Amino acid sequence: MKDLKQYREWFQACVKCGACRATCPVFKAENQEGGVARGKIALAQAMMDGQLFAEDGLIHDLSQCLLCGSCTHLCPNQVPTPDIVAAARMEVAQKNGLSGLGRGVAALLTHKKAMDWMSKSGDLASRLLCRQIPETSGLRLRFPLPGIPRTRTFPKPSFKPFLKREIRQTPSRSTSPKVLFFTGCGINYLYPEIGEYLVRILNFMGIHVTLTDEQVCCGLPALSAGAGEAVETLAGKNLKALKIHAFDYVLTACASCHGTLAGIYPALGPDYQPFAQKTRDIMDFLMDMDLAGRLSSIPRSEARVKVTYHDPCHLRNYGLTRAPRQILSALPQVDYVEMADAATCCGLGGTFSVHHYETSQKIGTQKAKHVAQSGAKIVATACPGCIIQLQDSLNRKNIPARAAHLLELACQALPIK
Amino acid sequence: MISKRMIQEFKEICGSEFVSSDKANRILHSYDATRKQFLPDIVVHPADARAVSRIMTLAHHHRIPVYPRGSGTGFTGGALPVCGGIVMGMSRMNRILDIDQENLVAVVEPGVVTGDFQKAVEALGLFYPPDPASLKVSSLGGNVAECAGGPRCVKYGVTKDYVIGLEVVTPTGDRIETGGTTMKGVVGYDLTKLFCGSEGTLAVITKIILKLLPKPQAKKTMLVVFDAIDGAAKAVSAIIREKIIPATLEFMDGRTLDCLRQTAGLSMPQAARAALIIEVDGDREFLDKQTQRILTVIESLGVLENRVANTFEESEEIWKIRRAVSPSLRKLGPDKYNEDICVPRARLPEMIRRIEKIADLYNLPIVNFGHAGDGNIHVNIIADKSDAEQKIKAAHAIEALFRATIELGGTMSGEHGVGIMKAPYLSLELSTESIRYMKILKKALDPHNILNPGKIFPDAACPPPGEME
Repeated sequence: MKDLKQYREWFQACVKCGACRATCPVFKAENQEGGVARGKIALAQAMMDGQLFAEDGLIHDLSQCLLCGSCTHLCPNQVPTPDIVAAARMEVAQKNGLSGLGRGVAALLTHKKAMDWMSKSGDLASRLLCRQIPETSGLRLRFPLPGIPRTRTFPKPSFKPFLKREIRQTPSRSTSPKVLFFTGCGINYLYPEIGEYLVRILNFMGIHVTLTDEQVCCGLPALSAGAGEAVETLAGKNLKALKIHAFDYVLTACASCHGTLAGIYPALGPDYQPFAQKTRDIMDFLMDMDLAGRLSSIPRSEARVKVTYHDPCHLRNYGLTRAPRQILSALPQVDYVEMADAATCCGLGGTFSVHHYETSQKIGTQKAKHVAQSGAKIVATACPGCIIQLQDSLNRKNIPARAAHLLELACQALPIK
Repeated sequence: MISKRMIQEFKEICGSEFVSSDKANRILHSYDATRKQFLPDIVVHPADARAVSRIMTLAHHHRIPVYPRGSGTGFTGGALPVCGGIVMGMSRMNRILDIDQENLVAVVEPGVVTGDFQKAVEALGLFYPPDPASLKVSSLGGNVAECAGGPRCVKYGVTKDYVIGLEVVTPTGDRIETGGTTMKGVVGYDLTKLFCGSEGTLAVITKIILKLLPKPQAKKTMLVVFDAIDGAAKAVSAIIREKIIPATLEFMDGRTLDCLRQTAGLSMPQAARAALIIEVDGDREFLDKQTQRILTVIESLGVLENRVANTFEESEEIWKIRRAVSPSLRKLGPDKYNEDICVPRARLPEMIRRIEKIADLYNLPIVNFGHAGDGNIHVNIIADKSDAEQKIKAAHAIEALFRATIELGGTMSGEHGVGIMKAPYLSLELSTESIRYMKILKKALDPHNILNPGKIFPDAACPPPGEME
């Protein structure tokens, strides 16, 4: 992973204009300079120059970042603040032994509000509790659940992670591209049904998709926590497991995984270069395969449901904003409406929501309000993380709408047996 | 410098989580858009005018510098704590207290973000015109303190034209009110206008009364490309002679267009040496006619092409060109000195020619764009600050620029203020006597020189250290 010093030229590129204050979700929720990109860059620079070292304030401010990239998007000089914050977090974790990270994790383990939240969304908690989640999964960082006694009564679903399931597939047409599905922890452990929708849609379109249980967490939560070595370890395992050279594309249905594979991996070395071109978001890929055309040939339903769309940050940052909307507009059972600030982060942000649950809630509440104002009954998105946060926010505000993956809606619409 | 007892008092005044002297927080309040850094000793965030008054009283008593801070987006260092001491962040005082639709007056706290305020009044069909480029993040308090301008000022005037009353805390800690909510008022000296643009050196603004207008029904944007800067400048005069005052009249010089062509892929005729973005606003039915009249009067002035936006998207396409200017400049060189001189609009072509001469003389790229309608030019001198020779050349170029501006009857700063950046040049523009009277005013209001010291005046010094506890 790149260390902080390698961002030196970018420190100069931050002209301290403060434009990031207009877009940073954390700043908008908390109204503190430490939350905004300009402030974090000033701190990271002070740290690099040896003026500041792992003081409480520093750790607090560095942790106040969703890594959503909205600042870079608006920045006149496109300063990559999320990368700088990730590098600064690593620096803190390295220099402080594990105490920087350790403190973060400790804070997160003892965060009562996060625990409350977990127990409120009982279904999710039960899934997390009752399923085997490997040590390497970022979900352990995202949702640690110590202290909940095993004896507590959570329903015990007969559950198998997606990649442990037996998935029946039809063979590919000879002209179809060779694709592999990078499942990611969210889909594998929490929303395996999303994986099934993906397989069914691809099979329907004459594409067989390779699944491999060798894959591990993409590493984003580790990156978010400043655990640089863990990111490299996970990436190494995935490089070995995915055999990317044998495929035309690696498909993702989780925006965060997409961002890590397409954006973080290629910087890890020449072996990782193909990830930049071959990683494709499923919606973007399906657009190329003319899913919208197929959908629009299906007659519009009489009873349609109003659906809006939330842009996951890690798709928006890659300019992947059109394909999901085009597919939603083509769905015969859907009336697509745009909501206000659709491209603003939902507020989950990896470890952020456990470090700063209150801030995360404030940001999520804003989202929920926009969903309500749009009148949509479903807020569709393309990232399991966003689904968790959106659903939690809607529930807390008693808004009669649900969050769903776009694949679910697409699968509903297609004449799949 | 700041005793533990005093920190305790600040905590009682603001609440303990709003007082901080840890290094990280001091760094976070040490900079602004000048990119210069000065560490304060302590950062306080008062919740109301009473708290501001108590802080000022204490600071006055102990002679500690106080630096009011809005969003920290200024270009001249108005918010920089150059003498250390206290940074007083105004971000908690961010409520819109009243929007009076019958009297078209609003009352706000200083921490309200300008853009948020504009949205709030526009939702009611009202209009607050001043539109500095930083409006999405800058605060109204900062706008008033610096008397911010913007593209729309050619038609609608600058911030001070909308401020009809203030509540301020003086450097000695007194709370006073100036002006009021009436459109007229001539009782006593006009302290409101004195504090507007005083760069936070005379008082801390704690409440602002603003005049509003009805929101224009519609607007129409056009881009006109000229083969010479003279044509563009003559076009400005011609439009105004035609008795049309556009809402904005922005211009970009040939170097700006070259820069956009190279770095932002702008397609424009090679012969283009200037461009104007003209926006008219008002009742929808008049806009088409006005647009036509404008195009007719400028027709013979070397127009190479014109583009009239018929939809919001087309208008955005035009504004995108203007917004691409600042980012594209960075590609010419690592640093830029951003000046905002203002000349009588008829002198604009002459000024541009003078600037081109300065650029040649010092061999530095200078890119000009800005608000042609009011003669306010953003002069960007591109240089590498890490190169000692270039730095000296840039300093000479800036002085030459200011001298030329003043010779043409202009001013060194149309909207950014003096702060620390232009303080060394103050006497180029103001007479010794003018400066002396300004200093008398400052001394009368701030006898210990504790409010935003080290600004505006060339010899502005930090106050002598106060008594230790």
